[in-house]
Amino acid sequence: MTSDPAIELKGISKAFGPVQANKDISIRVMPGTIHGIIGENGAGKSTLMSILYGFYKADKGEIFVAGKKTNITDSQAAIAAGIGMVFQHFKLVENFTVLENVILGAEDGRLLKPSIAKARRTLVELAEDYGLNVEPDALVQDIGVGMQQRVEILKALYRQADILILDEPTGVLTPAEADQLFRILDRLRAEGKTIILITHKLREIMDITDTVSVMRRGEMTATVKTSETSPAELAELMVGRKVLLRVDKTPAKPGPVVLDVQNLHVKDEKGVERLRGIDLQVHAGEILGIAGVAGNGQSELLEVLGGYADGTGTITVNGESIDLSGAKSDGQSRRARGIAHVPEDRQREGLIMDFHAWENVAFGYHNDPSYRSGILMDNAAIRADTEGKMARFDVRPPDPKLAAKNFSGGNQQKIVLAREIERNPDLLLIGQPTRGVDIGAIEFIHQQIVALRDKGKAVLLVSVELDEIMALSDRIAVMFDGQIMGERLPSETDEKELGLLMAGITDTGAEHSVAEVQGNLAHVHAAEKGV
Amino acid sequence: MDMYLTLIQLLDSTVRLATPLLLACLAGLFSERAGIFDIGLEGKMLAAAFFSAAVAALTGSVWVGLLAGIAASLALSAIHGIASITFRGNQLISGVAINFLAAGMTVLIAQAWFRQGGRTPSLIGNARFEPVTLPFAEALQNVPFIGPLYYELISGHSVLVYMAFAAVPLTWWILFRTRFGLRLRAVGENPAAVDTAGVSVVGLRFAAVAICGVLCGVAGAYLSTALQAGFVKDMAAGRGFIALAALIFAKWRPWHALYATLLFGLFGALETRPDVIESLIGMKVQGQLLAALPYVMTVIILAGFVGKAIPPRAGGEPYVKER
Repeated sequence: MTSDPAIELKGISKAFGPVQANKDISIRVMPGTIHGIIGENGAGKSTLMSILYGFYKADKGEIFVAGKKTNITDSQAAIAAGIGMVFQHFKLVENFTVLENVILGAEDGRLLKPSIAKARRTLVELAEDYGLNVEPDALVQDIGVGMQQRVEILKALYRQADILILDEPTGVLTPAEADQLFRILDRLRAEGKTIILITHKLREIMDITDTVSVMRRGEMTATVKTSETSPAELAELMVGRKVLLRVDKTPAKPGPVVLDVQNLHVKDEKGVERLRGIDLQVHAGEILGIAGVAGNGQSELLEVLGGYADGTGTITVNGESIDLSGAKSDGQSRRARGIAHVPEDRQREGLIMDFHAWENVAFGYHNDPSYRSGILMDNAAIRADTEGKMARFDVRPPDPKLAAKNFSGGNQQKIVLAREIERNPDLLLIGQPTRGVDIGAIEFIHQQIVALRDKGKAVLLVSVELDEIMALSDRIAVMFDGQIMGERLPSETDEKELGLLMAGITDTGAEHSVAEVQGNLAHVHAAEKGV
Repeated sequence: MDMYLTLIQLLDSTVRLATPLLLACLAGLFSERAGIFDIGLEGKMLAAAFFSAAVAALTGSVWVGLLAGIAASLALSAIHGIASITFRGNQLISGVAINFLAAGMTVLIAQAWFRQGGRTPSLIGNARFEPVTLPFAEALQNVPFIGPLYYELISGHSVLVYMAFAAVPLTWWILFRTRFGLRLRAVGENPAAVDTAGVSVVGLRFAAVAICGVLCGVAGAYLSTALQAGFVKDMAAGRGFIALAALIFAKWRPWHALYATLLFGLFGALETRPDVIESLIGMKVQGQLLAALPYVMTVIILAGFVGKAIPPRAGGEPYVKER
């Protein structure tokens, strides 16, 4: 380790208006290593990397590439310096082929034909060298996210990148796909490439990085060798206090069946069947976790149960059946039956971002007598109630008159959660409870869900985070392609088995190739796009 | 033979009426494929029609007039570009403003310069595009069947008509066979992909808007110096909007733009031949009804026959790097 660092940042600062996203950040990344950058959402990780890739311009600070001071004014300059970036949200043109996406901006001449021919040859070589298999002539919109991600990596390598930045690369992948990605990163490291891995998942940092830097609130709080640290220490560095990584909960005491779903079918607007005969039951005092890769029907399940999509089949709540279409199938009538819903996309379905917190607290319960005075809304009462909810759920800042968009992700989620849980529902539907929520708030939200269960309520939890499913659920059902592939008890299963079920493979005892898993998933992605 | 000649004549005027639509449609295609919606096609055509006729009348050269028309259209394109690309304004509002600006400005300047009630003097001789007679057209004129087809339909148009039809394969080739075309289509679908690939989004979009301006300029010049002999008030007559409808009908594809504009051209041609309609359906149709035909068909086609037209995904959205 006598060589110059592959990347050295000195004193990088960046502000967006009044928000200081990066404060005087310095970091050294050694060549041929995988350097992790970990931090909560909003800690400034992505901003820092976007500066390194020339996507944003730093207010202050210097960048050195391989020991040379380099002025990275735009992405063009970053590419020229040998830096490639795989963004969290892929920057691909969906109706272009894989080859067209790879050559875009790196064409060899004015005509496309020779560029495409050259890229085709190069892709074959790269696929052999690193296991980066893609279908060169497939349209990006028809391939699965795993392959889309490999296209992004290939784009960088095709531009001769020596330094590869990956921003939250595993967020959209199944465990098997994530393993495959890590094998690719391993091989890239072995070939001498330098990799910067941005993530908020401690396990990934521990599994694959050589060095890890921790960011908190725009500042770099520590850089340590991965072999010399522990998840607990990193979590503390991220949050600034001790954090419980496991959910503390006692064994469930399931009571009678609260939710009974029989043979539920749902078609989307194109007539494609998204739920193909779902049977499930949730008991009082129990959390049923629904695992699965996004887009396998979990959203549709929540929508039908929550009353804003139509379906066919039988659903009973506390023994009485509910309408699945028609006038009595809406959110209002569901709430009347004791069903509360914390939707998956809180910013689109759970809140109106431009409205005040107190207005958002009233939504869905605006006809409640305590919120009314005569024919008018009793705004003062709603505001007072909101203040109480904010205090009990530790929403910060506790100001009912602040617009929903001005709260952080975690605090937005707490507002929705407070609104739904405090109505004391018999059944709570909750989707992606901690998506985009920081670690400190995750702990709180998990405690609230478990507390509701301990009060003898039924909880249906949908999450694409397998860790979350494993930690919270009393029973786990795995969804694939609109069907339940199987149910498991958390104590009797592991991530590998669940991962196979998530890919539609029920014969979990046998050995399965990655290609098989991907084949199954690609089929689903294609179905999702209506191909 | 009589029927055949009538058909040839009808198709001949179809071609002449489709030409400005085709040019404007291709203009819109370049702009919208790059993600910039342009409802100012109409205004740009109108401005180009006026300035090409005015300059041709003043200089006596239709070619100088054509250049002036293109320059006028480019100037309006620049306004649209600065408003919607540089300052990320609303593209619809910018387009509407350009249409109003052109409608008022042309008549105002025409009155100030020529004092003929908002029109330009009639163009004669070299101040107007004359029909081009293709080789052997006269010799073949009397050959049965092929003669009229070649002499009437294929030969005898102004040079701008041939340019417009040649622009179709050229547009296809640029879009789908060149680096520029790949980037242009990409910037209309996902500008962030272009930006992160190290290519200037702003540069590409301005290039697309400029091409749009040139094509609209030719379209406008064709109206006043080839189709007719001089500028009259509002002579674009909604053609810019029909071109937009044709663009949607063609689903933003060059060859389909040709077919769509020919169809609209045919409706326009039928308007000038009430006798044909009468013999076809066996009753007399009001002239006003026929005049409304292209517009009525626009509505019907857009409402019912297009199927699912997926516009470029980033169309109408100013590109802002996400926070």
